[in-house]
Amino acid sequence: MRLPEQPWTWIVVAAVLILAASWSGPAPLAATGEEEDKAPGRQLARSAVKAPGARWTTADHSKFEALKKDFTKPEEVTAACLSCHDLAAGQIHHTIHWTWICPDCGDGKSMGKYGKTLNNFCIAVPSNEPRCTSCHIGYGWKNKDFDFASNDRIDCLVCHDTTHTYKKFPTKAGYPATEPTLFPEDGVTYLPPDYKLIVGKVGRPDRLNCGVCHFYGGGGDGVKHGDLDSSMGAPKKSLDVHMDVDGLNFTCQRCHTTKEHQIAGRLYTSPAAPERISLTEADLASKIACESCHGQKPHKKDAKANDHTDKVACQACHIPRFARVLPTKMSWDWSTAGRMNAEGKPFKKKGPYGKPVYDTKKGDFVWEKNVVPTYRWFNGAMSNLLITDTVDPTRRVSVNAPAGSPDDPKSRIMPFKRHIGEQPFDPKNATMVVPHLFGPKDPTAFWTGYDWKTSITSGMAYVDQPFSGEVGFVETEYFFPTTHMVAPKEQVVACGECHSQGGRLEGLPGVYVPGRDIHAAVTTVGWAAVVAAILAVCGHGAVRFVSRKRRKG
Amino acid sequence: MLYIYTRYERFWHWLQAALILCLLATGFEVHGTFTLLGYKRAVSVHAWLGVTWLIAFAFFIFWIATTGEWKQYVPTTKKMFEVMRFYAYGIFLGAPHPCPKTAEVKHNPLQRLTYLVLATFLLPFMMVTGLLYYSYNDWASLGLGGLSLSAVALAHLIGAFAILVFLVVHVYMTTTGHTPLAHVQAMITGWER
Repeated sequence: MRLPEQPWTWIVVAAVLILAASWSGPAPLAATGEEEDKAPGRQLARSAVKAPGARWTTADHSKFEALKKDFTKPEEVTAACLSCHDLAAGQIHHTIHWTWICPDCGDGKSMGKYGKTLNNFCIAVPSNEPRCTSCHIGYGWKNKDFDFASNDRIDCLVCHDTTHTYKKFPTKAGYPATEPTLFPEDGVTYLPPDYKLIVGKVGRPDRLNCGVCHFYGGGGDGVKHGDLDSSMGAPKKSLDVHMDVDGLNFTCQRCHTTKEHQIAGRLYTSPAAPERISLTEADLASKIACESCHGQKPHKKDAKANDHTDKVACQACHIPRFARVLPTKMSWDWSTAGRMNAEGKPFKKKGPYGKPVYDTKKGDFVWEKNVVPTYRWFNGAMSNLLITDTVDPTRRVSVNAPAGSPDDPKSRIMPFKRHIGEQPFDPKNATMVVPHLFGPKDPTAFWTGYDWKTSITSGMAYVDQPFSGEVGFVETEYFFPTTHMVAPKEQVVACGECHSQGGRLEGLPGVYVPGRDIHAAVTTVGWAAVVAAILAVCGHGAVRFVSRKRRKG
Repeated sequence: MLYIYTRYERFWHWLQAALILCLLATGFEVHGTFTLLGYKRAVSVHAWLGVTWLIAFAFFIFWIATTGEWKQYVPTTKKMFEVMRFYAYGIFLGAPHPCPKTAEVKHNPLQRLTYLVLATFLLPFMMVTGLLYYSYNDWASLGLGGLSLSAVALAHLIGAFAILVFLVVHVYMTTTGHTPLAHVQAMITGWER
């Protein structure tokens, strides 16, 4: 027999029995069983995507005159797009995808890849633009002089190409190749795009459009995010229940709702979803979070898990491990970069998973698969170290850190990928540094001259920051909220994995976790009392036994 | 032979014993002392047993109130000293118990006091702290927002140790009859020599 989850039912049963016994009229009918889901909004949405040939768009781009020409440059494509989509450029110019600066965070200038923030992967974009901005939604962001007001420098295709034949060249500041070109680092030959074919089939972005940058952040598949890599392009149910290609098949936009090219998602200093509200409560939620669809009590009625939603984020239990299909980079030690092989040449060494564990350009890496997350209190925002901040090199430097605390009612216990690093800093000024890494013909670039001092001098001059000339290395950490790769419910984190000593929540402050927190002193005294009682009764019994023998003897 | 314990008393005693033993086992598993049922099941079983025991206790209170058996728990100092001296000393010399059991007076003064403290203080304390612990998520709506889960869990834990210590002594005391199993037998059959 299956017992109901919670014993309140006993009280109800007892109350009903007493009522029934004391009342001779017809027994009251208890309203049991759940109503079929008849939400009209959901029904409409279901029928819309079920209709034969159902699409959201009402245009066939291959029939537009403006697109029936032989484009020689990608900028010409953009001009053609904007000839109809006349508001798009203005919208794009205001998005973080274009500026790489969060306009609503801090002073509106510092937060973002092109602000004063850092990471512990390739550290910073400035002075390395041609390499880093191959993931920018524009063309030709080579240096500080990039014209952010230009319209035809916007790359519409990287997001709207549905043929997935359009590729930007990794070191060309966002431009695709103009002739077949081999990129030696990944051994791939990049072909010039067939613009005519591509523009005829432009459409809404799919997972691969987003993934072309977000799966490969940090220069490779799964390098940065442990929960976003190419396995999420067409995941099975076991990897992500929502994006499951044979099931719900959610696109990225299903949760990252988009308005006028502004895509909802993580922001630097302000929580991505400030209100924990359900879409059934308000249609104005800026971003769909778990609760938007599942509500705040998503489990079976009376399930204990419902009592956890005030303190524990859904992700904490429903993403038991990340990097479940492909490995992710868990640590990056820059201090060992620059070693040469026997021939005096830069080299790479591959390790388990076929991933590089050493690269002269970058140092040592550790890759891991099926990683148990690190848990922190999180209110949805991240705090970031700036290049202008001073650091304490005797402790591990948090290049970014989850914002939130156990006392904050909006904070929840959230799983993170914690990436650890060893990266260059200025020991005299006690600041982190921006190294100039990329520049094939520039001897001051680290990846050309392999000299830290020259590289950092160049990088810090580029961002107008002081540099003492001394180079040290400091331990760092960097946090990524783990929110994708939601596992099927059968694979959730078991209760005992947190409710135990040495479990997943070991060391997480500010909350009493039964099974983890045992009141050690009281427990010791308690067992001592039990042992004392046992000894006392044994002693009493022994004396009884002996005295009785004596009396009989 | 005297008939001391009625059928209901014996049923209540053993039901209570079983519930308390299982509550102790599952409670200490939830506390993290050992792994037996697994954390989730231990929590669920513990909560079920707790509510079951609450209901059973309510029936017991009803029973002693309506049958007048509450009189067995009225504390007295009469012969208290003699009973203490018996267990500390006389029992080793084979002296007779100063308060032989009868159907009218089932408990000696020491038992009266112990069971009274148990029934009026320790067990209600466990019920209150247990129910609080259980209703943790409703504290704010119950106007108990200032409570600390850690403190409630600690109080419940201290109570559990107190019950366990009682249990050790209680089980030992059953062996102090005229034969080691006489008291246990009485609690099973109702008859004591």
